[in-house]
Amino acid sequence: MTNTDIRPAFTSTVEARINARRAAGGGALIGYLPLGFPTLTESIDTAVAIANNGVDILELGLPYSDPVMDGPVIQAATVQALANGFRLKHGFEAVAAITAQVDTPVLVMTYWNPVLQYGVDRFADDLAAAGGAGLITPDLIPDDAQSWLDASERAGLDRVFLAAPSSSDERLVQAVTQSRGFVYAVSTMGITGARSDVDSAARVLVTRLRAAGSTSACVGLGISTPAQVREVLEYADGAIVGSALVKALADGGVAAVARLAAELASGARDIRAAV
Amino acid sequence: MSIEPDSLRAQVGPYFGDFGGRFVPESLVAALDELSAEYELAKVDPAFAAELTELHRSYTGRPSLITEVPRFAAHGGGARIILKREDLNHTGSHKINNVLGQVLLTKRIGKKRVIAETGAGQHGVATATAAALFGLDCVIYMGEVDTERQALNVARMRLLGAEVVSVTTGSRTLKDAINDAMRDWVTNVETTNYVFGTVAGPHPFPAMVRDFQKIIGEEARQQVLDLTGRLPDAVTACVGGGSNAMGIFHAFLDDPGVGLYGFEAGGEGIEGLRHAATLTKGRPGVLHGARSMMLQDEDGQTVESHSISAGLDYPGVGPEHAWLASIGRATYLPVTDAEAMDALRLLSRTEGIIPAIESAHALAGTLELGKRLGPDSIILVNLSGRGDKDMETAGRYFDLLDAGAQQL
Ligand SMILES: Cc1ncc(COP(=O)(O)O)c(C=O)c1O
Repeated sequence: MTNTDIRPAFTSTVEARINARRAAGGGALIGYLPLGFPTLTESIDTAVAIANNGVDILELGLPYSDPVMDGPVIQAATVQALANGFRLKHGFEAVAAITAQVDTPVLVMTYWNPVLQYGVDRFADDLAAAGGAGLITPDLIPDDAQSWLDASERAGLDRVFLAAPSSSDERLVQAVTQSRGFVYAVSTMGITGARSDVDSAARVLVTRLRAAGSTSACVGLGISTPAQVREVLEYADGAIVGSALVKALADGGVAAVARLAAELASGARDIRAAV
Repeated sequence: MSIEPDSLRAQVGPYFGDFGGRFVPESLVAALDELSAEYELAKVDPAFAAELTELHRSYTGRPSLITEVPRFAAHGGGARIILKREDLNHTGSHKINNVLGQVLLTKRIGKKRVIAETGAGQHGVATATAAALFGLDCVIYMGEVDTERQALNVARMRLLGAEVVSVTTGSRTLKDAINDAMRDWVTNVETTNYVFGTVAGPHPFPAMVRDFQKIIGEEARQQVLDLTGRLPDAVTACVGGGSNAMGIFHAFLDDPGVGLYGFEAGGEGIEGLRHAATLTKGRPGVLHGARSMMLQDEDGQTVESHSISAGLDYPGVGPEHAWLASIGRATYLPVTDAEAMDALRLLSRTEGIIPAIESAHALAGTLELGKRLGPDSIILVNLSGRGDKDMETAGRYFDLLDAGAQQL
């Protein structure tokens, strides 16, 4: 018998981090920032600052000209980043600079066309070389993702697909099976942006994802306060905060966004008894 | 009429060769699935076909005429040029063909609100019209640049009861109007159907919109046979997203003797960046939910297009065109702003027909093609729309307005 496949089973650092937080009686706080906003250097410093202030996993967005999943706050930031001359190569430089300073796992959030143009395999290799953990792909569904499934498998990268309240049970199973790292549970039918209430649809969706076999369901869209983080982490494995951090950065700079991260993190700890 | 499986007409998506697919947020997949399923049912439902046919007869004014234009053709090498008169449809362009189909489908699904993007305003006007006819709420997304250059169509949409949202993000043209319409759809998908205006976007739109537009070519093929006793040597159309072109091409795809020519907006010239010649100058990529050809930079950021005609000012194109180009079945060529405007004036003066600036691109390309094909040839042109909406642009371009006259 010649079983030559002796690679160790792939372990996702993102998933490990989520598991550790759950074991400690809380949940993971995932923080989104667009790279290149307000400048490339400041976006690197901000990512490091929120990682040092309680954010467990970084989600770094690559600015894109046609961000259909994003609301006005994130759109305005990415438009500015592109106007400042952001290029894809800067994204890899930033990921490398951040992972050199903190051991927080870094996922890159990107629309699909930039990856396609860079070359799916080349993108996977360069992201892995920069220390990135994987990709969150808002406009790529597993049905049309064969090249990315192959490349992420080969390069040992996480791939986070989205699950929506409108997804059929069958599609939730697909999202859970094809995702690695976590499944991104879209809290509400809509786009990014702070909301006063996190939709009750999120709780139902996470319950359905559990039934579909998920052990790492993270909720995003509309979460902006420590109370909302706490509420979400009562049933989900992670809470994703985006627009609120971007707004804090735009309004108050690195210090303000670091302060908000620390507050949000306080909502993510000691929710249940530790296991 | 049954179509052989190896027929070029048998394509139903989601892919046309390497092009097409569904590159959309997961939130939209259920709506696209619902739309696909309902469309498959409607396609084989004689009652649906009968209702659409009756609307076309009694509301749109179908079948549209064909008109031979010999005085115009004298400037095109003497080829016989025949226009398919989609400009005579109610609301002034081919866009109504697709809209009536999709609004009937909306009714079947039971949704009460429709949204649409629009560039020139023709698709927006057609959607607002159908919404008025069927008592649906209607919101139209239109880039700010286009609300300015097609102000009359904005007024028409509002008069018809639609809300017009002026989109101020990105290039403030059609591409950004599509982004905002998609954002609306993701948010309101439970109550809302997105009536997409061209053969681009995620599956099922490219195949479905083509099916609703293919009546153009089906009518015209028979009309040209009746008039001339044979098939044309070439069929031509302008290409923005590509719906009027697919509409007239489709019936001829399996006629190998009929050349198919799509004319894209060459803007100020394809040597520079101010054009919308997607198939001539673009590369494969994903935009607005489908893999097709598009204008983009090295990083895959969409490049802003330019055309004097709002309806062709789009950096993408439908996937079926990308496929037809890749297999060599259709040929796509650029026509500049200046060439199109000359053809617009020429048709007006020689035949008393004022075309839309979009359609004038097809006319200009046809004149050049006529010189190549010669006097024995027959060319069928899709005259996709009329020029009323373009009078402000034409008035300024040709300096036709009296000094001091009130702005249109
Ligand atoms: C008269 C007319 N022709 C052509 C077009 C371009 O669209 P398509 O390429 O989908 O036919 C438009 C779009 O607004 C139009 O109004």
